[in-house]
Amino acid sequence: MPVASLVAQQVREFIVENFLYGQQRAFNDEDSFLENGIVDSTGVLQLVAFLEETYRVTVEDEDLIPANLDSIKNVTLYLSRKVDLAAEAQVGGNQGRRV
Amino acid sequence: MSTHSIVSADILELDAQRETERIINGIRGLVFGQLKRKGAVVGVSGGIDSTVVAYLCARALGKERVVALFTPETDSSPDSLRLGRMIADDLGIRSFIEDISPTLKGARCYERRDAAIRQLIPEYGPGYKSKIVLPNLVDADRYALFSIVIQSPDGETKKVRLSLDAYLGIVAATNCKQRARKMIEYYYADLYQYAVAGTPNRLEYDQGFFVKNGDGAADFKPIAHLYKTQVYQLAAHLGVPAEILHRPSTTDTYSLEQSQEEFYFAIPLPKMDLCLYGKNNAISAADLAPVAGMDEKQVQRIYAMIDAKRAVAHYLRSAPLLVEDVTEVL
Repeated sequence: MPVASLVAQQVREFIVENFLYGQQRAFNDEDSFLENGIVDSTGVLQLVAFLEETYRVTVEDEDLIPANLDSIKNVTLYLSRKVDLAAEAQVGGNQGRRV
Repeated sequence: MSTHSIVSADILELDAQRETERIINGIRGLVFGQLKRKGAVVGVSGGIDSTVVAYLCARALGKERVVALFTPETDSSPDSLRLGRMIADDLGIRSFIEDISPTLKGARCYERRDAAIRQLIPEYGPGYKSKIVLPNLVDADRYALFSIVIQSPDGETKKVRLSLDAYLGIVAATNCKQRARKMIEYYYADLYQYAVAGTPNRLEYDQGFFVKNGDGAADFKPIAHLYKTQVYQLAAHLGVPAEILHRPSTTDTYSLEQSQEEFYFAIPLPKMDLCLYGKNNAISAADLAPVAGMDEKQVQRIYAMIDAKRAVAHYLRSAPLLVEDVTEVL
């Protein structure tokens, strides 16, 4: 399974378990959590804690916007960008050491 | 492009005398007629809302049938008690002071709150002050996530975004304050066979700016239909002292002074009033924007925030739910 699909599935499982209390309610990867009453602002804090713990990323203050966190698709893309950035930083750091 | 709006700038102006009479009649009907109580207990904070409720109750029920209750605690502003006494004296109503600090200490409210803060700021301790604040929600699409602001004994301040556990810990502990106040209000209500007056205005009632079973608990809420600016209009009509009319709205809950804007509403209350009115009356963001002194996008963000807060407030307003109606007592 591609990494993005796996992340999307994990985030969906987290949302269903923690905010829909295990009830299977149909929602698409593009559906807004806020507009569909799935996650409120306190729930966003819980989602952030999940992302930071599960994927070892730091969600910065400026990242706390719906464009990053308000749907499964947004979260997946956000994580993908974060991981890419982390990888770039790692490569940059290694190159720096080589020099 | 035209900058004219179809919305009048005076949409929230009311006939204060007529509204006062309407509410007075309403209070009499509710307290004597429906609740069958002999008077009213009003928790008076020295703020505009509780002051107006005290004035209305005194007019409706008679000054001898109203008790003003002052419930200071460790973090309260001394102004609250001073202004509360001024109101009781002005109205000639009975008043009682109940310091709830020992109750809160007994419930470990302060201890639990400080422990939650120390999850993020280990040095937080005696002599420090704190409050929680929202980010700017008007100028960008952001989540309403709180940060804590602390001030050390030497005046240095620090602001840190709250984690889920710290946020819940601080709010849960701090909510004990409103619940302790309500407990003592009902003591006096039981003692005198009075009803407890709730003091929310429309913004607070609609948007859930209250603690469930704390300040949200009451037997009647006589100004819950009034926008904040309308409460001020009534206050002026009722002859509320100028110092209270001009006192900024605070929560008087955290040890650092905290406005209602930074804690809950995100924008100044007169603008919030207009946005809530606009939302309630299906006025487009474009039409409301010039009246509110905001741009269309900002109004749209506030409209979205109103919906989000209403969704959360649904739980706060819910009475205990039954699996099956007990029809005999409906």
